Amino acid sequence: MRIALFITCVNDLMFPGTGRAVVRVLERLGHTVEFPAEQTCCGQMHANSGYRAEAMPLVRRFVDAFAGYDAVVGPSGSCVAMVRDSYPHLAEGDPGLAAAVSAVAPRTYELSELLVDVLGVTDVGARFPYRVTYHPTCHGLRMLRLGDRPLALLRAVGGIDLADLPGAAECCGFGGTFAVKNAGVSGAMLADKCAAIAATGAQYVAAVDNSCLAHIGGGLSRGAGGGARPIHYAEILASEGAQ
Amino acid sequence: MTTVDRGSGHIVTPLPFPRYAARELGDAQLRTNLRRATHTIRDKRLRVVGEVPEWEALRWAGAATKDDALARLPALLEQFEAAATARGATVHWARDATEASAIVTDLVRSTGTTEVVKVKSMVTQEIRLNETLAEAGIAAVETDLAELIVQLADDAPSHILVPAIHYNRGQIRDIFRARMAGVDPDLGDAPAALAEAARRHLRAKFLTAKVGISGANFAIAETGTLVVVESEGNGRMCLTLPETLISVVGIEKLLPRFADLDVFLQLLPRSSTGERMNPYTSLWTGVTPGDGPQNVHIVLLDNGRTATLADPHGREALRCIRCSACLNVCPVYERVGGHAYGSVYPGPIGAIISPQLAGQDAGFNRSLPYASTLCGACFDACPVRIDIPRILVHLRQSGVDAKRGRPSAERTAMRALSFLMRDRRRYAAALRAARRGAAPLRLGRRRDTLRRLPWPLSAWTTSRDAPLPPGETFREWWSRERA
Amino acid sequence: MNARDEILSRIRRALTAAPPATAAPATAAPAGAVSGAALVGAGAAGSGDVIALLADRLVDYKANVRHCPAGSVGSVVGELLAGATAVATPPDIPADWLSAWTGTVLRDGAPEPLTVARLDAPGVAALTGCAVAIAETGTLILDTGPVQGRRVLTLVPDHHICVVPASRVVAGVPAGFAALPDPSRPITLVSGPSATSDIELDRVEGVHGPRRLDVVIVVDAQ
Ligand code: SF4
Repeated sequence: MRIALFITCVNDLMFPGTGRAVVRVLERLGHTVEFPAEQTCCGQMHANSGYRAEAMPLVRRFVDAFAGYDAVVGPSGSCVAMVRDSYPHLAEGDPGLAAAVSAVAPRTYELSELLVDVLGVTDVGARFPYRVTYHPTCHGLRMLRLGDRPLALLRAVGGIDLADLPGAAECCGFGGTFAVKNAGVSGAMLADKCAAIAATGAQYVAAVDNSCLAHIGGGLSRGAGGGARPIHYAEILASEGAQ
Repeated sequence: MTTVDRGSGHIVTPLPFPRYAARELGDAQLRTNLRRATHTIRDKRLRVVGEVPEWEALRWAGAATKDDALARLPALLEQFEAAATARGATVHWARDATEASAIVTDLVRSTGTTEVVKVKSMVTQEIRLNETLAEAGIAAVETDLAELIVQLADDAPSHILVPAIHYNRGQIRDIFRARMAGVDPDLGDAPAALAEAARRHLRAKFLTAKVGISGANFAIAETGTLVVVESEGNGRMCLTLPETLISVVGIEKLLPRFADLDVFLQLLPRSSTGERMNPYTSLWTGVTPGDGPQNVHIVLLDNGRTATLADPHGREALRCIRCSACLNVCPVYERVGGHAYGSVYPGPIGAIISPQLAGQDAGFNRSLPYASTLCGACFDACPVRIDIPRILVHLRQSGVDAKRGRPSAERTAMRALSFLMRDRRRYAAALRAARRGAAPLRLGRRRDTLRRLPWPLSAWTTSRDAPLPPGETFREWWSRERA
Repeated sequence: MNARDEILSRIRRALTAAPPATAAPATAAPAGAVSGAALVGAGAAGSGDVIALLADRLVDYKANVRHCPAGSVGSVVGELLAGATAVATPPDIPADWLSAWTGTVLRDGAPEPLTVARLDAPGVAALTGCAVAIAETGTLILDTGPVQGRRVLTLVPDHHICVVPASRVVAGVPAGFAALPDPSRPITLVSGPSATSDIELDRVEGVHGPRRLDVVIVVDAQ
């Protein structure tokens, strides 16, 4: 099976450790991961901020870069949702592009979908002896409908102490450019999320998206959240002991 | 692109959403009240929706019925008009808010009365009917409890279903004590006592009113029937006791068949008040001799609905049955309340319907589609499956497209980013530059975050720290380790 | 152009410029979900399960429920009317429903229609039947048909007693609507006494409509 890593631009620059973790998990399970170097950005920020014309070349570039793989895996719920849910709408009216999108989009998976649904694994052989709470990001929850998959993977991690997050399904307030355009509301939502995290007494808050985690982490590092630190769940799955 | 005829009235926000939001965020009492109310109703809704195993099928059926009605709207409107007229109603048509208010005002004037009783209706607020009536010397008495509270407080509604949601019981008691004529000065704040006070206050008005004014939740083309869904019985009073009944009905309220009500009367109460069924639903068809108003008028209103229908990517918003489920689950609404949206339609539906009815160029309507994190909770809750996040993004795109000619820092940045990301080498170089550019910021730091960024990114660091890029990008690692 | 023609032509223009997709993915329902009719509310009309469900739902929304055989309606109604000053009824009320009531009977339209002021007098209760009752939602449907009378009868008095023969109880909303003989009559759906959710979005019973709703379910009626 040819698996391509869709790193996403934010992870490429800001969170390379998450990409390395995905590679480590898949290799530990005996798979080979390829990294199509032509990839850049999926265009989510452009499209969601209203810049459709600016997003379109990036859509084209994505479907070219990832054509021909059996599976494309991305460690980001929102970027995978962009490809799977929004690309078909953006490609409407361009039959060539629509065909390319329909070839790639359905085979683009968030990491937990690839592991649980395609590869049929929940125990990836990880060990992470800490108290962890899991925030299901909005795109993961309501667009990709990841459901219980990330939690099922986390539950199988050796030594982990998983704590339920109160009001887990509530948005953290990130929302891409919303965090800047409506900074006040975003901050109010963040404060509530950090308080919920603090209530769990967790050492780490895990999620499927580093952009939400950067926002949450930015609130946690100001002292909210009771000392919890943000971590992408792929890094927990890659872990083999104490950090 | 042909021009479309936009609506007018209370569907234009006079200030940008973030300005209003900043004001509302400062009100701690408001936030406590909203949090309490929205969380109460969320739990109730989930419980009663959970009782219906066919819920998802009902949502699909609701969406399909509305889409079918919109696709056949001219024929259905003509059918409705013919059926209602045959049963003794008089049907009027109004292109916009001004025309509709004028029609209603003339009808009231011709009865000679100077006071009308009103059933709670969004559309009469949309067309600013009370203001127009007041100019003509006619007092409009709101009879729904929450509308009455807002009217007595001289305030504006902040929710589709519960316009006084921003007040708690203590505040409502204070408003009643200060403003309600003849109220018990020792009135307490128990909800039952407050409801009793409203009953006494309005009783005489109901029993003597000559004219009732309503909207309608549904209009049935097949039979010419109008439907009003309510709780308190104030609706029944207004629809039954006066001699004259005037109903203002948006043209998107049409349903093809009487049997279609099955689906909507299952979807609406569970989605709005979280009840299996609301206490009272009234259906009437024209005039019934000897029973109820003998003088029945219906005003069919466009006011931007046809403009909304003209946009194939946004027209789905016309399915809306104004249940308010999307407001109740919205994390943004929960923090700022309805006044921040500057229109009678707040929350997620307001963010997509005001800019479509009145246009994005009206007031600061262009700011409304950005009042969302796109978290998707509204779409999940919507009983007629309006994909609000998708329409929000669509409106952001059409709003940006409409302003393409004019310079903007944001567009310059978006263009530059798009240019960089279209080419691997440019992109890789930009990543290297970003990482190196950040390197001096790391010197001597123990933390991987920044507390303050320069404008415009300072908006990010007002409420959270910013992460710093690490020493190596992923693709640098890959080419070093694997390539 | 007058408003009517202009609005109709605006709609036609909007629909011709961008015709609605007949089966757009956005509205294509999954198989079996095309019509909501008969989706909700299985269970035979008048069966024990359906009656029990109706009673449960009525009580949940603060109505009082009594069960009785056909022969005892009069005595049950008599008990429920204790303390009333008068009972208002439609003209065709069955005589045996009032067999135990010795007070004033206000018969609407016999010969004159009752005035609103008369109905609003303290202590007046209304006694009617109904067209159909929906178990799943605890709803009584009144359509001004037999033994129901005008709408004002069940609106102005503060106390409404509704007698429901078991055979008129259906399981779900679609069956309830299907049982109505004439949609163009004035129709009122009543689910519990009047209530409001306007204070902190929590339900309180008792506003403008009748604050007391008694439902007498006649168990062996056909
Ligand atoms: S958009 Fe949907 S959820 Fe919101 S008020 Fe309308 S029908 Fe209800």
